[in-house]
This record gives sequence, structure tokens and C-alpha cells, in this order.
Amino acid sequence: MDEKKSSLGDFESTLKKHAVQLVDSLEKGKFGDAVQLIHELNQTRDRGLYQEVGKLTRELHSAIVSFQIDPHMPQAEEVSQITDATERLSYVVRLTENAANRTMDLVEQSTPLMSEIADEASSLSADWQRFMRREVAADEFRELARRVDTFLTRSEQSSRQVSAHLNDILLAQDYQDLTGQVIKRVTTLVTEVESNLLKLVLMASQVDRFAGIEHNHEALREEKDSEKHPTRGEGPQIHADKRDDVVSGQDDVDDLLSSLGF
Amino acid sequence: MKILIVDDFSTMRRIIKNLLRDLGFTNTAEADDGNTALPMLHSGNFDFLVTDWNMPGMSGIDLLRQVRADDRLKHLPVLMVTAEAKREQIIEAAQAGVNGYVVKPFTAQVLKEKIEKIFERVNS
Repeated sequence: MDEKKSSLGDFESTLKKHAVQLVDSLEKGKFGDAVQLIHELNQTRDRGLYQEVGKLTRELHSAIVSFQIDPHMPQAEEVSQITDATERLSYVVRLTENAANRTMDLVEQSTPLMSEIADEASSLSADWQRFMRREVAADEFRELARRVDTFLTRSEQSSRQVSAHLNDILLAQDYQDLTGQVIKRVTTLVTEVESNLLKLVLMASQVDRFAGIEHNHEALREEKDSEKHPTRGEGPQIHADKRDDVVSGQDDVDDLLSSLGF
Repeated sequence: MKILIVDDFSTMRRIIKNLLRDLGFTNTAEADDGNTALPMLHSGNFDFLVTDWNMPGMSGIDLLRQVRADDRLKHLPVLMVTAEAKREQIIEAAQAGVNGYVVKPFTAQVLKEKIEKIFERVNS
């Protein structure tokens, strides 16, 4: 960075010095000297520009090497870190989807078992009340006893099954550990890529100063904003509580809709 | 009562399907975006539409607009169940003629309330 500052500093001090001399030469009518000064100014500017572009190119190259995305590199056959990260995230999607489906399978298998027990229990309970009130004849009681017996066996079996399913549902949550690890690694990579890109942007801004390029930041921002049209959707809001243009829950949605006359 | 569930994630379709079954609605069909949903709506005699917003192909808001623009479908009750939570989006959906709006993540209770409210209003 120091080197960069000094090359830019050189350029700026030469610019100032020569500007004064240029005015001086022009006032004195020494046009030959003036042209010579302009020529020297150009040379200093070009030298600085070449230097900065050179640095930018080197930095860009090393960034490409560190991302391993250069197709001419020997490692190109191996997956680049970005491709690897993409694959890791797909793995997260796959793992969470499998876990969700496994959990729902088990819930769907358990629900009928539980409702069978509930239905049979309530039907037995009604008949049992009649028995307690001595409204059940001997024949009917034998039938009732048989049903109670079947019910107890079935309840035991079903309860064991549901317990096993609950245990499997618990185990199906192991994706959290695995996906957590994968996502942390990808987050580290993203942070690295961001800081490398930031370095490149800083270097490019040095080139901009030598070349006298100015960017229209407002136009760039507008272009970016236009990409955020509401119809496209933004997905889940991570910081809903810190944004005014976003609802923070169903209650907010209901309030907004009722304020619109819903 | 025949209900069409539109969401690009099969797990979310399954969750909604299970919750609807719990509420007594067993006749459901599924589509993964607006483009697959529209022909189903045209030929399927559906009484209710539950749709996500953000989907590849045709989004839920565009599906809603198509439904409202269609003479045969324009009175179909539509419930939006989505992660989209910007105020302007909710207003946009309301203006496009949505009958209810549920933000994800949601509870079974919220889904039940909204569906009942929509039917109350449709039947009155």
C-alpha cells in the first residue's frame, strides 16, 4: 500500500509542479517548454497507470489462483472451491429434504395408530360405563371382555410402534449437526472471497484515479434497485425486526390487511 | 371441497396437505409452479387454491393475476402461503385480489383460522 501511495503522491506532486511551470511558460511565451512539460506530465501519468494496472493484474491473477477457477491451472481438474461450495450447499438441501420427508413419513405412519387407539378406547369406554351400570348381559359381557383383551394387546403393540417412530424422528434431526458444519465452511469461504474482492476493488480505484475515471454511483445503484422488483420475491427475511418495509409476523400481516379494508 | 396446493418445495406441499387433512379436507392435488397449476385449475373443478409466491417458472402472484383475469376462475378463493414479507408485496397481493395471506413460518392454528375466515366470507 505504501508503494502505491508514493506512486500516486509522485504523480500528484509532479502534476502540481508542472502545472505552475506550464502556466509560467505560457505567460512568458515559451511554447516549446510548455509542450515539453505536457509531454513529461503524460509520461508520469502513463508510468503510474501502467504500474497500477500491473499491480491490479497481478492481484487479480493471484485471486484467481487462490479461488482455483483458472481453467489453465493444473488443479483445474479438481473442483474449484466455489464449485465445491455449491456442491456442499446442494448437499445441505438434499439432507434437509430427506430429514423432512423421513419425519413426515413417520408422523403419517403414527397418526392412524393413535387415532385407532383413541376410537377403540372411546367405544370401549361407552360400553364399560354400561357394564358399570349393570346394563350388560352375560353374553354381551363375554364379547366385551374379548374386545378389552384385543384392545390391550393392540394398544401395547401400537404404543411400541409409535415409540419407535418417535425415536426415529429424533434421530432424523441429526442433519442439523452435519448441515451446520457444512454451512459454516461455506460461510468462511464467502467471507474470504468478499475480502479478496474488496482488495481488487481498492486496487481498481487506484487505476481510476490515474486514469481520471469517475463512476456514476447513483446510476449503478438505481440499476441494482431495479433488479429488486417485488414481483420477483426476496425469500425469507432474516432481519425482519430491523427493517421497516417488512412485516415481522402474521399479526403484522393481519394488521396491514385490515388497514386495507380486508 | 377440492383444493390445489402450489409450492415448488415438495416438503412444504406435504406439510400443507397434512394440515389440510387434519382440518378435514382430504381431496387435494399438488403443483410445483404456476405453469403446471393453471392447466390443472382449468380442467380440475377446484374449489380453493393455496399458493406460494416465489417459484421458478410462473410465480404465485402471476398465477393469482391469471386466475383473476380468467372468467371461469375469477371467483376461486386464493390463499397465499409464502415467506415473502415485504409490506409492498402484501399490498400487491391484496390489490391483485388475494383472499388471505399467511407468512412462513406459520402454525397449524394460523392456517386453520385463515381458511375458515375465507370460507365464512365466501359463503356469506
